[in-house]
Parts: sequence; C-alpha cells; structure tokens
Amino acid sequence: MSFFETIERYRDFDFADAIGRAGEADIARALSAERPGPEDFLALLSPAAEGRLEDMARKSQEITLRQFGRVIQLYAPLYISNYCVNECAYCGFRQGTQIPRMKLTMEEIEREARIIAATGIRHILVLTGESRRESPVSYIGESIELLREHFSSVSAEVYPVDEPEYAELVASGLDGLTIYQETYDENVYDALHRGPKRDYRWRLDAPERACAAHVRTVGVGALLGLADWRRDAFLTGLHAAWLQDRFPEIEVSVSLPRLQPQEGHYTSPHEVGDKELVQIMCAFRLFIPRAGITVSTRERGYMRDNLVGLGVTRMSAGSHTEVGGYAQGPRTTGQFEIADHRSVEEVSAMIYSRGYQPVFKDWQNL
Amino acid sequence: MDDVLKIAGREIRSRFLLGTGKFPSHTVMRDTIVASGSHIVTVAVRRVDPDAGSENMLEYVPSGCILMPNTSGARNADEAVRIARLARAMGCGDWIKIEVISDNRYLLPDNAETIRATDILAKEGFVVMPYMNPDLMDARRLRDAGAASVMPLGAPIGTNKGLRMREMISILIEEMDLPVVVDAGIGLPSQAAESMEIGADAVLVNTAVATAKDPARIARAFAMAIQAGREAYLAGPGSIKKYAEASSPLTGFLR
Repeated sequence: MSFFETIERYRDFDFADAIGRAGEADIARALSAERPGPEDFLALLSPAAEGRLEDMARKSQEITLRQFGRVIQLYAPLYISNYCVNECAYCGFRQGTQIPRMKLTMEEIEREARIIAATGIRHILVLTGESRRESPVSYIGESIELLREHFSSVSAEVYPVDEPEYAELVASGLDGLTIYQETYDENVYDALHRGPKRDYRWRLDAPERACAAHVRTVGVGALLGLADWRRDAFLTGLHAAWLQDRFPEIEVSVSLPRLQPQEGHYTSPHEVGDKELVQIMCAFRLFIPRAGITVSTRERGYMRDNLVGLGVTRMSAGSHTEVGGYAQGPRTTGQFEIADHRSVEEVSAMIYSRGYQPVFKDWQNL
Repeated sequence: MDDVLKIAGREIRSRFLLGTGKFPSHTVMRDTIVASGSHIVTVAVRRVDPDAGSENMLEYVPSGCILMPNTSGARNADEAVRIARLARAMGCGDWIKIEVISDNRYLLPDNAETIRATDILAKEGFVVMPYMNPDLMDARRLRDAGAASVMPLGAPIGTNKGLRMREMISILIEEMDLPVVVDAGIGLPSQAAESMEIGADAVLVNTAVATAKDPARIARAFAMAIQAGREAYLAGPGSIKKYAEASSPLTGFLR
C-alpha cells in the first residue's frame, strides 16, 4: 500500500477539464455535503468556487470552531544545519549557493532552545538540510533528545529516512514529522530537483514510513506555486485523507506554504494569490475537517491575522530560519524570507485580539 | 427529598460537569466555570504547563472545584496510564477522566483500551471516570475494573448533535449501579435536559459552551436545563404515560 497508487490513478486524469467543468451546482453540493468526497473537494478548488468564497469561509470557520475551538497552537522552527547535497531550484539552502554552511553543536542547540523556551513556546520543529554526512540521523536523534528536555513536543522536518531510522528518531523523543512533497507533479518534481531528493517516490512514501514507525503527528503539503496549485492542493488533501484512513491513530495536518522570493530568485510560474490561498484553506477544512492546518511566517502579518478563525489551527511565531538565528541574529542566510517578523508575544496578542487563545502546550512528553 | 450526586463517596454539588478546552482565553474559561456552578471541571493534561506562570490554566480553575484531569491525546491504555500518573505528579489530584482515542477522524473512544487503563489506574487509587461508547457489556467491565462512573458519549465529540445514543444510554442508566454521566455531543441546553430527563446522573459539556458567543451565559442556561431535567426525572413525568398509574382500568376487577 502506498499513496503512490492514488497518484497513479490520477495520472491520466484531466484536471484542467474537470476543474473547468465544475459549475454552481457542484459547488452548492460540495458546500452542503456532510462528508464531501474528492469530487466535491475538486469543485471547491475550482475557479467557479471563487464566487462562493464567503460561504466556504463561513462553513470552514464553523467546522474549525467545533473541531478545534477558539485556539491557535504556536510553535517555532529551529534550523540546526544547512548543509545540503540537493539542488532544488527554489531553495535558499541548495547546494552551490554561496552561503555560509554550518551546523550547530549540542551546546549551541541548547542555547537556541533556552531562548525559544523563554518565549513560552513548548512545541519545536527541528530542521536540517539533506546531508547524511553533516547531519546524519544520529545527529538529528541526539538533537531531539536534547530538545525534549526543553519542549513538550519535538517535531522534525528533515530529509526522508527509512522506517527503522524513523523508529530510532521516535525512540529519541520525536513526536511529529513534517515532510512536504513540494509538488505532486512528477514531471515538474523531476525538473526542479537534483540530488537524492530527486527520488519522488522515496519522498512521497516518507509520511507512511514515519507513521509505521509510530510518530504521533504527521504533516504533509506542497510548496504552492511550483506547479499547477489546484492539482497540488487537491493531491495534498487526498494524501492527508489517505493517511487518516490508513493510520487513524495519527494526527494528520496539512500546510499550504506559498513560494516566496528566495536566494535563488526563482519566480513562480503558478502564483497563488491571497484570495486563492483562502480558497485552498477553506477547501481543505471542508474536505478533511479533523486535519490540523499550519500557517508559517512565510505569510505576512496581514494575511496571518485574517486567517485566524478561517481554518488555521497552528502557527509558527517569532521564527528564525537561519542556523543559529535565535542566539546570534542572522549570521547565515535563511532558507526563505520571513514575512511576519513579530515576536511570540506580539503574535499572541494578535491572536487574543481576534478572540482566540494562543496555545503553547498541546502535548505532554510521555 | 435528598437528591445528592455522589461519586466515589464524594458529594458533588452540581450535575453539570464542564470541560475547559476550546475557550478563547483563560479568563473567559474561569468566568464560565463560575457562571456554570460546576463542581467538577475537566482539564486536558496535555494543555497543562506548570512552568507557564500566569499562563498556567490551572491557575484559572476556581479553588472549590474538583479537578478532573483527562488523558486527551492518549491512543492506547499505556499512554493513558502514563498521562494519569503525570497528572498526579503535577499535583492535579486523584481524579482522572480516561479518554483513549485511536481514531482521529471521528474521535470515538476505544472501549477495550479504556477498560485496560481503568483496571490499572483504579488499582493505583485513582477515581476513574472513563469516557466510553455506550455499550452495556463494556460498562459492566468498566465497573468491574473499578470505575467510579461511566461517561457514555451522547454523540461524537464536538459535533453538538445531541443525545443520538439515547436508547443505548437509557439501557446503561437502567442497568448500571454507577453514576452515568453523558459526555460529548451535547450541543444545546435542551439536549442536556433530555439527558437528565431519561435519568442520567450528570452531563459533561465543553464545545457547546466554550465556542458559544457568550460562554458564561450559555453555561448558566445549561445549568438551569440540567437542573430542570433532573427535576423532571425525579417528578416522574406523567404526560408521556398512556394511562394513569393510580387506577388500573383493565385489571382492577381482579381485586
């Protein structure tokens, strides 16, 4: 079993045609369905659904409120190494880019951890580039063991590894895995990636391997803008639903990062507008009502403020995407440009001002 | 007539139990607890952070309340047991609401694992309140494992759909000699009243209160409805009976 079977089923599916054919009746049906199916989801992602965006938002808000309440869970990313053997056309950390390369020692990680924990953050997401030599699984595991002393939940966004290695990380205290497919379009994927990351299938199956190794949460997503975003959003939703079906005990979440200006000055051929981002978020909420939805500081403050209440359940705050960025300020270049520079305190105040509560701790290390 | 709810030998002042998740702030939560008159409030251990200072939600639970930590997030009995022990170590007392959920899509309780956790924790001296799917045989197993009450769901958690499990819960009420607390799915005061009218000992509500426009106000409404439902149950409603109990028109000739 693999989600790849679903991908194959849609290989010859004419998305443009199906999305173009979605009409008012389809959208009305999707909006009133108790459990919208893939066809409904597709209709909600169609251009025609734009006219019903307010209705989608209302329903999305209602479902989110019922399922998650008036709370937004906060987390912070922690980049511990930016060595990378991949060349991803859109990434600031890709090999060959003239940026200082470094990885943090355990002492340095501890220093970062203390600074982040002092802001009240209890959920941490640890990130590395892909380099089995510079940031091997043992290094990531050691970092997790250290971080669990400072945080109640440690997640990782690292290169795909095999199931025994995920199990090793879980044994070190790994709680959740985030791994984005970047794009589900195999041709575009192949064109944009050089290095071990080019193995589409290895990356696609990574969440399943992590679930089989008993992580507690798993997050999937596509970097919207790399390819046809409607197709990528659709397959992201299907991927999340597939994981929910196969691993009912795992908390599944989705993320909808939009491509931002990078070091490499890669420009998006399929730009996602603000309105479209809201449409994607609401469509996700209607299709997978129990899934968490994450919005990072890639999004600017104005958008983040207004997304509270629409469907988002998790936000990063006070983020640094440079290695060692919390302790020393930027000394290397970040993986992407942060658009919301507000502190944890400021983001908390914003969430309160919207009638929601920022939740710092939502899991207990066992 | 004395009508006092007793759980584990303790007199419980209110038949309205309140959940503390999903509130827009700790202060709204505290005001709502006060307005509800609830004596037992449940708190997710996963949300409790004793190191959070003024952000520690426990600081906002009025002192007269019995704290009932819950094992939200536990996927099996072992995790529930570990969470319960952590709660005790945090100073949350001996009451524990067991929630074991191995299905994140519907959030339905896993009765088998819940029974296993109840067995372990009751032996360790916890007052165990298990959240369950209303199944009579499982309720008996929970009683035998040492549960202090059973807490069947009225409808899937967070759905506000009301007393959809009415028939099954009625059977539990009829058959069980433990307090039956309807937990989950209750979306309106009228549904809480209905639960009490059929003889439930108490009702636990969270989502419907926490996500209301005015949580404190709807909490008061729930409290009144629960009291009204209880009164109706004790009154032995006559209106729904097909004939009067006082006379026996069909068999009176046998005297």
